[in-house]
Amino acid sequence: MILEASRIGRTVSGKPIVADVSLASVPGEFLAIVGPNGSGKSTLISMLAGIRPPGHGRVLLGGRPLSEIGRRAVAQRIALVEQQAETGEALTARQVVELGRTPHLGPLAPYSAEDAAIVDEAMRSVGMSGFGKRRWHSLSGGERQRLHLARALAQRPEIIILDEPTNHLDVQHQLALLTLLRRSNLTVIAALHDLGQAALFADRIAVMDGGRLTALGPPAAVLTRERIRQTFKVDAAIETGEDGSLSIRFRLPDPADQSSG
Amino acid sequence: MASETHVVAGAAAPAATPFALRLVLSCLAAFALLLSALVFAAAVGETQIPPSVVLNTIANALWNAGREVDPIDAGIVWNYRLSRAVVAASCGAALAVSGVVLQSLLRNALADPYLLGISAGASSGAVSVAILGLGGGLLTLSTGAFLGALVAFALVAGLAWLAGRGSIAIILAGIAGSQLFNALTSFIVVRSANADETRGIMFWLLGNLSGVRWEDASLAVPVALSGLAICVLHARALDAFAFGTDAAAALGIPVRRVQMTAIATVALMTAVMVSLVGSIGFVGLVIPHAARLVVGVRHTVLLPSAALMGAVFLVLADVVSRIVIEGQVLPIGVVTALVGAPAFAAILIANPSFRASR
Repeated sequence: MILEASRIGRTVSGKPIVADVSLASVPGEFLAIVGPNGSGKSTLISMLAGIRPPGHGRVLLGGRPLSEIGRRAVAQRIALVEQQAETGEALTARQVVELGRTPHLGPLAPYSAEDAAIVDEAMRSVGMSGFGKRRWHSLSGGERQRLHLARALAQRPEIIILDEPTNHLDVQHQLALLTLLRRSNLTVIAALHDLGQAALFADRIAVMDGGRLTALGPPAAVLTRERIRQTFKVDAAIETGEDGSLSIRFRLPDPADQSSG
Repeated sequence: MASETHVVAGAAAPAATPFALRLVLSCLAAFALLLSALVFAAAVGETQIPPSVVLNTIANALWNAGREVDPIDAGIVWNYRLSRAVVAASCGAALAVSGVVLQSLLRNALADPYLLGISAGASSGAVSVAILGLGGGLLTLSTGAFLGALVAFALVAGLAWLAGRGSIAIILAGIAGSQLFNALTSFIVVRSANADETRGIMFWLLGNLSGVRWEDASLAVPVALSGLAICVLHARALDAFAFGTDAAAALGIPVRRVQMTAIATVALMTAVMVSLVGSIGFVGLVIPHAARLVVGVRHTVLLPSAALMGAVFLVLADVVSRIVIEGQVLPIGVVTALVGAPAFAAILIANPSFRASR
């Protein structure tokens, strides 16, 4: 199913946070959204996921506006992993993942054996199988983030949208999470702050700058030295490996170059 | 992936049958517990009446069983103690359920049913009728309190709406509304009430179940039951609020609609209870936390459990308020606070989710 943004934007207190962004997901792709702090990534993500209505423009899922589809039906197809969602409730790890079944359950229907199996599978896929009875508050930031991902997977969505999902993870778990997403046949839309990881895992990269979409395409086409300097204000040395993968090294630009940048 | 799912599903399938059994058993246990509390409350008092007499009286009244019972005992049990216990149970259940719902929706452990200005508004309404004579004798104290509660809730809801409808906006609007109506109540009392009236109002404000009769029960029981039913229907939605409104929305919950339905339900339920028996404190704050400790945080189980605990707690608190000082009835709010405050302290210490080190 295709998720499409058609010239969407959102203005907060007179300041445009996101302006005039159009993009459409390709089924099964990994689309990374990159951009400096304050470039509108999170706001774009929340509009794509349907939890904030766009101020102008429309978000379409399978050709129909999200606003016409209904929250529950959207949640059966799109799952969202927020940055650092926290709770004061004394939930267990498993209960958090079980929340993912919410859009598939009636108000009184008990969790079925099938729901339980889906939850088991989701916990296994993020390596949290043994943690079911642990209390949320006893878990580390990385474990919590993996549970959020498991919860999203338990939603059995077609599209999973993530806002900087690797933030609290050590490098091993960062790579494990991105590999898991990469190997799934879900459409993945993820805001990432690590350009190297975006280059390594994404099929396409969308670059946000000042609330606008300034580039969209395959990593090699988008992550050029010139664009990285313009967008992120750093100098980059980009090397293409034998397998065609990009590796990027950064340094702050020379003071002499700054006048031109 | 699919084949794995099937294997696990096959293994877990037998768990489906005990669910229905567990449900029936827990309902029976809950009913038995509540009935025991009611029979106990009807048996204990200045005149002790054996539980067998209480049961016979109930059987006579409900099924015309024709058991032989002393008519004076029967009158005390049926007309005085049992009606009072049933109202106490309804009120305890309603307040506990309201507390659970507000604490979950607003993600605030301090939320209680009176947060929305209802108790303050009810007291203003009550003193307007009792002291100022508003309504010219046409309004009862209860009606005045109910109207006052609704006015205060409408004001708080309107203020919260204008302030952006977030949890903090709702809590702060509730504080503002409560302060305003409490000040109004004090103003009316200080300005117009004589000493007797002041004492009477004071007593009412702390919760007063004397004078409660079956007419009150016939309002309290359906209100508590339907309120509980509406909240249970929203149990999954309340679960989904654990990580905030955005997370709930992403799980397919129509956030605004659920918030408005649930808040309006608990506000109406609380307003009815306050207008019947005054504002009994601590039940709506402490019982939800106690229930979470016992049965966990899932609302399909938590809401009925809190209702049961609230009901039993208030029935027993009422018994204590009747017998603790001979020849005098203590306001039930004093009892709930005297028992509730230490209980709350124990919960605070025991509950790991309140710890700062996360």
